[in-house]
Amino acid sequence: MSGLNIVVLAKQVPDTHNVGTNAMNPDGTVNRAALPTVFNPEDLQALEMALQVKDRIPGTKVTVVTMGPARAAEIISDARSRGADGGFVLSDARFAGADTLATSYALSLAVQKVGKVDLIFGGRQAIDGDTAQVGPQVAEKLDIPQVTYAESLVDVDSDSIQVIRRLADGIEEVRVGMPALITVTGSASECRFPHAHRLIEFDGAPVDILTADDVNPDFDRLGHKGSPTKVKKVQNVVLAHKESQQVAPNTKEIGELMSTLINEHII
Amino acid sequence: MNFYNDNPSLSFYLHHPEMAHVAEVRESGFTGEGAPADAEAAIRQYELVLNLLGNISGDVIAPNAADVDIEGPHLVDGRVEYAAGTKQNLHALVQSGLFGLTLPRKYNGLNMPRVVAVMAAEMIARADVGFATIWGLQDCADTINEFASEELKDKYLPRIYKGETCSMDLTEPDAGSDLQSVRLKATFDEANNCWRLNGVKRFITNGDAHIHLVLARSEEGTTDGRGLSYFVFDRADGGMTVRRIENKMGIKGSPTCELVFRNAPAQLVGQRRMGLIKYVMSLMNGARLGVAAQSIGLCEAALREAEVYADSREQFGHTIGQFVAVQDLLKAIRARVDGARTLMYETARWVDLSSTGKQAARTADILTPLVKMTASEYANQCAYDCIQVHGGSGFMKEYPCERLYRDARILTIYEGTSQLQVVAAIKGIANGAYEKLIADYDAQAATIATEGEMAECLALLRERSQEYAQLHAKATANGTTDPLFDHMARKLTEHIATTVMGYLLLMDAAREPRYLESCKWFLEK
Repeated sequence: MSGLNIVVLAKQVPDTHNVGTNAMNPDGTVNRAALPTVFNPEDLQALEMALQVKDRIPGTKVTVVTMGPARAAEIISDARSRGADGGFVLSDARFAGADTLATSYALSLAVQKVGKVDLIFGGRQAIDGDTAQVGPQVAEKLDIPQVTYAESLVDVDSDSIQVIRRLADGIEEVRVGMPALITVTGSASECRFPHAHRLIEFDGAPVDILTADDVNPDFDRLGHKGSPTKVKKVQNVVLAHKESQQVAPNTKEIGELMSTLINEHII
Repeated sequence: MNFYNDNPSLSFYLHHPEMAHVAEVRESGFTGEGAPADAEAAIRQYELVLNLLGNISGDVIAPNAADVDIEGPHLVDGRVEYAAGTKQNLHALVQSGLFGLTLPRKYNGLNMPRVVAVMAAEMIARADVGFATIWGLQDCADTINEFASEELKDKYLPRIYKGETCSMDLTEPDAGSDLQSVRLKATFDEANNCWRLNGVKRFITNGDAHIHLVLARSEEGTTDGRGLSYFVFDRADGGMTVRRIENKMGIKGSPTCELVFRNAPAQLVGQRRMGLIKYVMSLMNGARLGVAAQSIGLCEAALREAEVYADSREQFGHTIGQFVAVQDLLKAIRARVDGARTLMYETARWVDLSSTGKQAARTADILTPLVKMTASEYANQCAYDCIQVHGGSGFMKEYPCERLYRDARILTIYEGTSQLQVVAAIKGIANGAYEKLIADYDAQAATIATEGEMAECLALLRERSQEYAQLHAKATANGTTDPLFDHMARKLTEHIATTVMGYLLLMDAAREPRYLESCKWFLEK
């Protein structure tokens, strides 16, 4: 069996576990300069699933694609030290301010730049946006099937892949033909650690940076311009405890409480 | 959690001014295939690897330690099966290419110096001392690399990178500290052109390893160390079974085994009759430094546990860390960690430089028993004080400090008891080698401790040196063969150790002022 061509979509995100006091600007936007960055956790898990496919099918090539500032090259180097074969950063001021629509458009062009791709993996969502929209939108734009919430790899051959999906009410085992896009959920295996020899080999190695011109886009669909989502205001909501209500332990009062909760769509 | 990043002392010693020289010696002037371009690039590589190891120590090995302590290894049909957590630890380290840390690149090793190996061992021991014993036995591969034939090196060394583990089979029921009494028999099998091992080994750490270095009596009719040779035995060749796994007080994840060899085929390492005299002594020095690293890792764990508890436990309306009595305990733990650590990295640097000349090798030799004894005794004191900070809670199984206390106990015993470290130090005491070393440190310190508290500390260190001279004169009044000298040897050794640590901390304080506090603690004692 000849190797597969895999793309992993990844994002460098603020490390929300290490947020300092100056994490937000006075206008309510994120002060990215003050935040340490990390490889988005579910994207790392997506990389792990891609590497598991590579372990099973020799000759498979894994390319990691990210969009962001030039420093996002760090996650490409990180991915290479863990076993990815290569990758590049889409970085250009014209990509800036993109919502999920514009981001998925840019990433879909980047995937096409890699060539004929068999599988695309990505995390379910990024910890800074939590939309879970980019992966599915890339699949739509490439007109390929998508499997979301993948938790583990069951089987893979040269033209199909079988995974287990983790859903709210159980699991589902799905087999899908290639090409396909798979989003990986947080309950999947953690990514393997870097390999010491690769860590040394790729430390400081150059990472390709692609600009908007390199992917021949419709410029109206990029960045802020191509994003229908507009942020009006960001508000820090602190949930406060309000006055409590006593419910007597009898069928009548508990029944009334249940009715209220159901009517207010709380349960 | 990353045990490298969260501990600035490690970066401090990795970037010690002498490390450029260490890297240059290790990389033979940066000329070999795959060698880094210069010292800066080499140290950068060390840091990358240590950062990775720090990550695995903090995120995999440490979280597994409590379960591994409870589950321990099992004996199944004469073979050892590790606890589940131990298997996970090994898997993470092998998958990351970290086995063979110090081996040459041609065997897929990383060619890292002893300083890096010791730092790795320190971090792993902070996570789990029991697991650190399995990891640390890679040192056997260094012995094979140094003394075995090319054929044996090619057979065994590439397997280390793949995660095969080692054991050092020395002790027998009647040969513990006195290894000259080893009886396990080696006879040459001419028909198969190999040696055959027959007999029993006891208390063998990681006894069911893939690769064994076995001390055995090859010369029939001999009864002392000159009749012993060193052999390498491949578990895959058969002939060895594990009779039992000892039920121990601490380091319970580390399988300590009784082994029975029945016609087990083996190959000679180096020359006959040199087993104990040359090869075991070489391996033993490395192993003693390894125990120092385990000890300091444990001290660091004890310090962290004590600090966290002191900051969170409230009594009398305050966290207990605000009370002077508790602060004194924490200060003592911190000073011991700092003192033992600076002595350990100093020793490791001299081990790395020992190929550059006899003086460097001698310095490494006289520092090794000092650091083994000091660090292991401190590990016990730090674990004791850590429980003391916890009060009654520390006596309960819920907190890790009781495990640290149990794990610490073996450190002053294996690879030579503290009493035997004193014996190893006696020669240096008798011939004045330590006094010369301290004079060298004094000359270096005099150039940097010229004013203020630094100068005051230097003056106190000089007073200590004078006290040592008086003690030494008293101990040797009737010559070094008089029992009085033996009686006073431990006191002299401890005195030297604290003086050396004082000088090293003073010099460290010139680069990082924090260490002056710990230096003062030693001087106030």
